[in-house]
Amino acid sequence: MNTLIAITGLGIFCLLFEILNLRKAIVPITILGLLGVLAINFSEFGSTESYYNNMITVSKFSTAFSSLFIILTIFLVALSHNFYENHPTKISDFVAIKIFLLAGGVAMVSFGNLAMFFLGIEILSIALYVLAASERLNLKSNEAGMKYFLMGSFASGIILFGICLIYGAMGSFDVVEISESSLSAELPIWFPIGMVLMVIGMLFKVAAVPFHFWAPDVYEGSPALTTALMSTLAKVVAIATLYKLISALNLIPSLENQDLLPTFETIVVIISIASMTVGNIMALRQVNVKRMLAFSGISHAGFMLMTLLTIATSAGVLLYYTAAYALAGIAAFSVILYVCKNQDNEDITNFHGLGKTNPLLAAILTGSLLSMAGIPIFSGFFAKLFLFNQTIESGYIALVIVAVINSIISVGYYFKLILAMYSKEPNQERTGKPFLIYAVAIVSMVLNIVLGLFPSLVLDLLN
Amino acid sequence: MNVSLILIILLIGAFATYFVGDKLASKVALFFSLAALGCSVVLLNHFCAGEDISVINAWITQPKISFALNADGLAIAMLLLTVALTPIIIFSSFGNEYKNAKSFYALILFMAFAMTGTFLAADGLLYYIFWELALIPIYFIALIWGNGDAEERRKAVVKFFIYTLAGSLFMLVAFIYLYQKAGSFLIEDLYKVNLSAGEQLWIFLAFFLAYAIKIPIIPFHTWQANVYQKAPTVGTMLLSGIMLKMGLYSVIRWQLPIAPLAAKEYMHIFIALGVAGVIYGSIVALRQKDLKKLLAYSSLAHVGLIAAATYTLTVDGLRGAVLQMIAHGFVVVGLFYAAEIIYRRYETRNISEMGGIRTQSPKFTSMFLILVLASVALPGTFNFVGEFTVLYSLSQINICFAILGGTTIILGAYYMLKMFQGVMLGETNSKTFADVTVNEGISLVVIIAVLIFFGFYPKPITDLITPSLETILNVINKN
Repeated sequence: MNTLIAITGLGIFCLLFEILNLRKAIVPITILGLLGVLAINFSEFGSTESYYNNMITVSKFSTAFSSLFIILTIFLVALSHNFYENHPTKISDFVAIKIFLLAGGVAMVSFGNLAMFFLGIEILSIALYVLAASERLNLKSNEAGMKYFLMGSFASGIILFGICLIYGAMGSFDVVEISESSLSAELPIWFPIGMVLMVIGMLFKVAAVPFHFWAPDVYEGSPALTTALMSTLAKVVAIATLYKLISALNLIPSLENQDLLPTFETIVVIISIASMTVGNIMALRQVNVKRMLAFSGISHAGFMLMTLLTIATSAGVLLYYTAAYALAGIAAFSVILYVCKNQDNEDITNFHGLGKTNPLLAAILTGSLLSMAGIPIFSGFFAKLFLFNQTIESGYIALVIVAVINSIISVGYYFKLILAMYSKEPNQERTGKPFLIYAVAIVSMVLNIVLGLFPSLVLDLLN
Repeated sequence: MNVSLILIILLIGAFATYFVGDKLASKVALFFSLAALGCSVVLLNHFCAGEDISVINAWITQPKISFALNADGLAIAMLLLTVALTPIIIFSSFGNEYKNAKSFYALILFMAFAMTGTFLAADGLLYYIFWELALIPIYFIALIWGNGDAEERRKAVVKFFIYTLAGSLFMLVAFIYLYQKAGSFLIEDLYKVNLSAGEQLWIFLAFFLAYAIKIPIIPFHTWQANVYQKAPTVGTMLLSGIMLKMGLYSVIRWQLPIAPLAAKEYMHIFIALGVAGVIYGSIVALRQKDLKKLLAYSSLAHVGLIAAATYTLTVDGLRGAVLQMIAHGFVVVGLFYAAEIIYRRYETRNISEMGGIRTQSPKFTSMFLILVLASVALPGTFNFVGEFTVLYSLSQINICFAILGGTTIILGAYYMLKMFQGVMLGETNSKTFADVTVNEGISLVVIIAVLIFFGFYPKPITDLITPSLETILNVINKN
């Protein structure tokens, strides 16, 4: 709870910077503030408390994921400095919006009441709509914002409708009450229908097939930093919330009572396979790196959805997977931001010869792509390993084989970028070594490898 | 003192090489590879004195993965092969100039590190990690420092990478499945797992895919010749000298003992695939015009025979296979090096553009001849010992396999001597052929010395590997 209050306070503080004319100091001060928030969040770890009539419940799950969100936000704020260099007057708005977005994310993983859950989603989504359209003189950015807004608010509507149906069935918004009564043998049909609608809405936010159509366009059109945010922070928030929603509402035992569990599992398997396959195959054909990473994100969503099949035990695996994926994404995007600054697009041609002109950043991008492809010693490999281990344990060996085949396909497009960096001649000169971009790229890569060498650090947090 | 020391030396060596800069990189890399060789010899002495030089440490608690390195005779033999060839390979590159040399030599040492780890690992997952890690450096070595048209090279290298990764991912699934049954990735626990015949078959096939691509066994060999041709000679040496032995070694260490029923049931099919590789490789080699490609296909024929021998499940077969792995490792590195020496002078790999070297450089010609004869298993060379044991073991299974496998000697002699004729003999070439330099001579002489010494006296190696091979055979035959 203190975390959420601190984050909101920090967001308001950021807005005040504009008035106090302290724009230059905003990035370092916000990072310091976020580090403080992180410390507060750590101190809450391990306690289980609920606040304000159970509106917010703090648990190990919520604090662990909140820490991940805060760390990701620190990286994203650090990247803002360089990215908004040309818009000095707006930087405090953009940073503040990111902090509010973080508040929404934290609310989403620590809700104890469906009203709070919806509030969290809306805070996060509205912040994202604004950020997607934030390059207001750029047609593509406007288009991305508009598209995302229309589709996103439609999904929010569906979620809201689902919440209403659940209220109709249970007579409460409170998660504990709903989860208790969901175990009774006789349930109104509204409950499963409401759950389906909510899950659909969340799958939209996660960008799982067949609710993924917005992702490539929005990723491509949005400013690169917003894309980074969407593909790391927003995706991780959405998948964690979906996980929490299903586990907190006791959906699995309730479905089992009504003999609907096999149906649910089949649907999850199908969506997971479809997301992996469609995401990967579409990614193979992309020439725009942001679009490619959008599809790659769709396929990773498919992998992450596999944790829903083993929901009782897979919280640690999900945390590890999301951390590995998001850290690799941050490292990759920091290089993309560096390479594509002042370019009008993010095509692969921009990356030609990066291995010669800037070996360090090329190595970092290579590392993060290898991590996403699941090559050891990077944490992405262990994420996949733990996920496959968990899934085989519960008997879904065919699903794992499909996932493995997808991992092989994904190498095809990740390596397209690596090949471009190392086997093509450089076509442009890049000067300048923006400190913060280098710092973010190096730190996130180091964290990635540390997670790979000592996976127990994260994996055992939620056991 | 234990075997993790070698890994540490090689890893530190890789970083040190990168940080000393381009000028000193090659010398630092050579120093560290020699240090690893020296330490390995010391460790060998400790091992022979009966000391336990294995390591086991807990690493990840859930799932249970340990950092376990097991040094038995077999692993030590492969370790010695790796650390003995690495300095030779590094030294052989001294005559060439490489752009960005620090990365180049660092990658070589890193690859040696990963391959050593693969040979030593006694935990399934640790083994898998090393196995995959070895792939990354060779990918970049072949991609960045390779020769020929960039576009074709990219295609060949990417194909290689995706093939090998695809194979090994199925191996990963097999390992996870085994973990569910055994509750641990440790090799001795995996040996103890009771699997039904059906499960064993699936596991066996998953492993086979990974190893058949790496070795390569037909029909999974299509990546090989192109990559061998396009990679820089150092990369080719690493690939053919050491890396493909990872596959053969893994068959003996992991595949056969874990799925013995399947291995026995389908033995003939896999032996036949290996023998088919012998004949196919030899026939294709006959028609090659490119020296490196010819050597690549001859290598395909030789490893086909080794693979066939491992699947015989007899102590002779396994012993012959290991002997031949080591012998082949040395001879193939020598041959590719000889090809590189010619390329440095003639700047061609086309056999028809060579010839007449004998009159200009008799020393080089005789060394080359010894290597060629070793490659076709002339008695008195190490390869003869290996090949003879291998053929003997095949004859125990079925005399037809031995006869078909024996064609490797006849066909091998034919294409190798024909190649020798084309490259070395004939009329004096208009292009001058400078005699071998001291550096080049040292590498070749060392290789030849090893081949001839063990050709006459293979007992040290046989004594080293036989106990561990017998242990593995006991595991295979226990049920």
